[in-house]
Amino acid sequence: MSGIRTPEQELARFRNRLAVAGVVAVVCFALLAVRFFYLQVVRYDYYSTRAEDNRISLVPVVPNRGLIMDRNGTVLARNYSAYTLEITPSKVADLDATIEALSQLVDIQPKDRRRLKKLMDESKSFESLPIRNRLSDDEVARFIAQRYRFPGVELKARLFRDYPMGNLGAHLVGYIGRINDRDLERIEENEDSANYRGTDHIGKAGLEKSYERELHGVTGFEEVEVDSGGRAVRALRRTNATPGNNLILSIDLKLQEVVEKAFGNRRGALVAIEPGTGGILALVSVPTFDPNLFVDGIGAQDWDELNNSPDHPLVNRALNGAYPPGSTFKPFLALAALMSGKRTPGQAIADPGFYDFGGHHFRDDKPGGHGMVDMYRSIVQSCDTYYYRLANDMGIDLIASIMGQFGFGSRTGIDIEGESTGVLPSPEWKRKRFKRPEQQKWFGGETISIGIGQGYNAYTPLQLAHATATLAAGGVMYKPHLVKYIESAKDGSRRVIEPQPIKTIPIKPEHLETIRRAMVGVNKEGTGARAFAGAPYLVAGKTGTAQVFSLKGGKYSAKITERLRDHALYIAFAPADKPTIALAVLVENGGFGAQSAAPIARAVMDYYLLGKLPAGMAAEDTGAEAATGDGGGD
Amino acid sequence: MVAVTDFRFSLRKWLMSFLSPLDGPLALIVLAILSFSTVVMVSASPERLDTLAMNIGVAFVVMWTAARIPPQRMMSVALPLYVLGVLLLIGVALFGDVSKGARRWLNIGVARIQPSELMKIAMPLMLAWYFQSREGMLRVRDFFVAAALLLVPVGLIAKQPDLGTAILVAAAGFYVLFFAGLTWRLILPVALVGIVGIGAIVAMGDTICQPDVVWPGLRDYQKHRVCTLLDPTSDPLGKGFHIIQSTIAIGSGGVTGKGWGRGTQTHLDFLPERHTDFIFAVLTEEFGLAGALLLAVLYILLIFRGLFIAAGAPTLFSRLLAGALTLIFFTYAFVNMGMVSGILPVVGVPLPFVSYGGTALVTLCLGVGMLMSIQRHRRRVGT
Repeated sequence: MSGIRTPEQELARFRNRLAVAGVVAVVCFALLAVRFFYLQVVRYDYYSTRAEDNRISLVPVVPNRGLIMDRNGTVLARNYSAYTLEITPSKVADLDATIEALSQLVDIQPKDRRRLKKLMDESKSFESLPIRNRLSDDEVARFIAQRYRFPGVELKARLFRDYPMGNLGAHLVGYIGRINDRDLERIEENEDSANYRGTDHIGKAGLEKSYERELHGVTGFEEVEVDSGGRAVRALRRTNATPGNNLILSIDLKLQEVVEKAFGNRRGALVAIEPGTGGILALVSVPTFDPNLFVDGIGAQDWDELNNSPDHPLVNRALNGAYPPGSTFKPFLALAALMSGKRTPGQAIADPGFYDFGGHHFRDDKPGGHGMVDMYRSIVQSCDTYYYRLANDMGIDLIASIMGQFGFGSRTGIDIEGESTGVLPSPEWKRKRFKRPEQQKWFGGETISIGIGQGYNAYTPLQLAHATATLAAGGVMYKPHLVKYIESAKDGSRRVIEPQPIKTIPIKPEHLETIRRAMVGVNKEGTGARAFAGAPYLVAGKTGTAQVFSLKGGKYSAKITERLRDHALYIAFAPADKPTIALAVLVENGGFGAQSAAPIARAVMDYYLLGKLPAGMAAEDTGAEAATGDGGGD
Repeated sequence: MVAVTDFRFSLRKWLMSFLSPLDGPLALIVLAILSFSTVVMVSASPERLDTLAMNIGVAFVVMWTAARIPPQRMMSVALPLYVLGVLLLIGVALFGDVSKGARRWLNIGVARIQPSELMKIAMPLMLAWYFQSREGMLRVRDFFVAAALLLVPVGLIAKQPDLGTAILVAAAGFYVLFFAGLTWRLILPVALVGIVGIGAIVAMGDTICQPDVVWPGLRDYQKHRVCTLLDPTSDPLGKGFHIIQSTIAIGSGGVTGKGWGRGTQTHLDFLPERHTDFIFAVLTEEFGLAGALLLAVLYILLIFRGLFIAAGAPTLFSRLLAGALTLIFFTYAFVNMGMVSGILPVVGVPLPFVSYGGTALVTLCLGVGMLMSIQRHRRRVGT
């Protein structure tokens, strides 16, 4: 390689290397020959006996999928056994004729045929595919009597997944569906193919997806003796499958129901978290959907309805929707001001009802202003001018750095997929977000609207609840989680998901107390007073109203006026002195937070702390149900 | 009478001129292997004989055409072909179709193509062209450039993931580097470390495959794959099953085999992928050690003929190309037989000219055709 050689030298070296290659090839083949000799001559007797005995075929035994239950044992996902009729396309001469003949015996709808066609496109021809699920006893009997007419068609007993609660909590439970190419890819990447032999469903969304490993279990296998034609003669040995583990959630399903009912037919989300553990008590996104539709492939009509609905029922708003927090941002910004020394609690400003900056007139929503406003009054009365000025004094970098500590603008790490990061605006974010240089520049005026939770601010309801729970826990941040413990279906042993403190934000107790007192004031004498009138417990809260940008609303053609209304928000934790619940509510286009979001929070607190069901639900349930709410005595 | 003789004469003449582009020894060896393959296929998968015949037909046309293309023409397409291949691979990574868990196919409207296959030929062509262009002024730097040209497509293919093809393309490129004179000071230490490493893993297999042992730098499934090779019984339902069943098939074949169509492993459905990657197990079960050695000898003949052609090739380009192509045949054969007999990990590499599969057969015959062209044009060009 070094130096320049003559062509003759080059050629000599090349021929040299050819010789080396030839020798290596011969040596490698000799190695193979030795291996063949070892297998075929030395070990011939052993292998020939093994081949003789190789009448044993391994048949997978599919494990039962784990159950999903709420904290009180109410079942959200379970299995039941039913018969299914399956066809192996490669063993059937005329598929259409066979299906036609079958339809004389069992009810086969056009949608069943369409599903089979779709499955055939997705799978290998030697797999058996379901033509009809959940046969009735009559249909089973009719088919068995005539089964000789249908080679390649089999009756199989299968476990089906069922979500007995239907719509309730659909976004968090998720659903399973048939394994497709992409799932197969993932299974193969995880080297799980062996464990999925015989399994044809896999978690597709929600907990069913994120806890797939726990829920699936370990596939067993049965050694079956086969005759010379390869047909099973008798079972020899069986290694039982290990059933999947059960998930017990921190969710209180009754609470979830209270919330979903309280929303009525409005759209929105609510997340309630137990401060100090991160356990999620309720995770609501409405409207919701029936996960049972997805288990065996959703029909085209159902899919169209769900997917094209302007209400977007399939979107999990609690995790995936990012909304400006409006005034619910203020307590956090006030705390940031205290932490950074930019304000003291007593420092007051005179509010004329507007704030001028750079030639732009930022208006307070109270004409004429709030008069002299200190930190307490700024939160209780939700004074915008106070925060316009505060934002300007703090500057965007300081705001972004302290708010970032509360988890704004980053994923919380909840144990289901699909979380958005939201947007914590900063000059750096803007540089990355926009392409053209003139868009990348941060303007001082943009900082002003950040102060009242508008502008580029956008957070998920989960982030908002997470930050509120962190505030309620005195600055200790716990990773939010839906699963409380995992129960082994084999021996009932429990693996508790320990509360995981992510970090402790250094907040001085007196600063915390200032914010807490002000948030309690909101519900006593401020914007939340009406919603919480007469509550026997102490609630710290903050209302919020977020403008819907006209360009966002522009997408919706129907109901345009309603869709342009502001989003209503509310955050709260209670009891204020020793919080057991923290929450964030969002009502899309709900108008004022105080009017539409706070009453939902009231219903949640009344149920969770007092065991009191709302009027509509109390009538249909007996009193015994009311005792399920824990923490009622606090 | 005279007319008949004339006719015979002209037919003979026509046949001679038709066959003239082909290299006799190579054509005979490939023909022998293909015949053996057909015999095995009758037993392994008779329903595929029609398509097999068609594949062989197409492959022959490709081989014949390639043999007529002079090496200079090949040189001129080396760069465009390589660039096209890399672009298609990027296309696959971005818009490829997923089939059986891997993103390997690109839908170009009229047909689906697998660009990684193209790279098996484009890679040695490109590198041979590169070294030819640097002839007489070769520096160490050129080997780095060549290595970069090699690693880009290999990385893209390995990411699909298609480990088998990635290994073959990487090997093809490496062979060009090797023949171009890559220093032994680099080859020997790497080879040594590899051999010692593999030896250590095999020797300590029981200890390091315990479930709680974490392998630094490797993911769990990669550890799993190696451990399955060391002890197939640890994974009887998964990949281990393939290895167990194929070694039983080979071992039970004995010296003379169970006889054509009498392989119990084959016909009782114990052998996985018996017409593609594991067809060698069918061959040895039914034809025994004798059959295995016959096939091995045919491959050795093929390799030696190829090396002979390389030795006589007139230009650097044709030398490097011929040498690399020949060693690709060797790699295919060795890796496949090694994996089926349980001494190499299972990666998807077909048995050359024997495994069923149109694309691979066409690629291989294209390679043979290029070798023939180098042999045929050896005197007309060069020094």
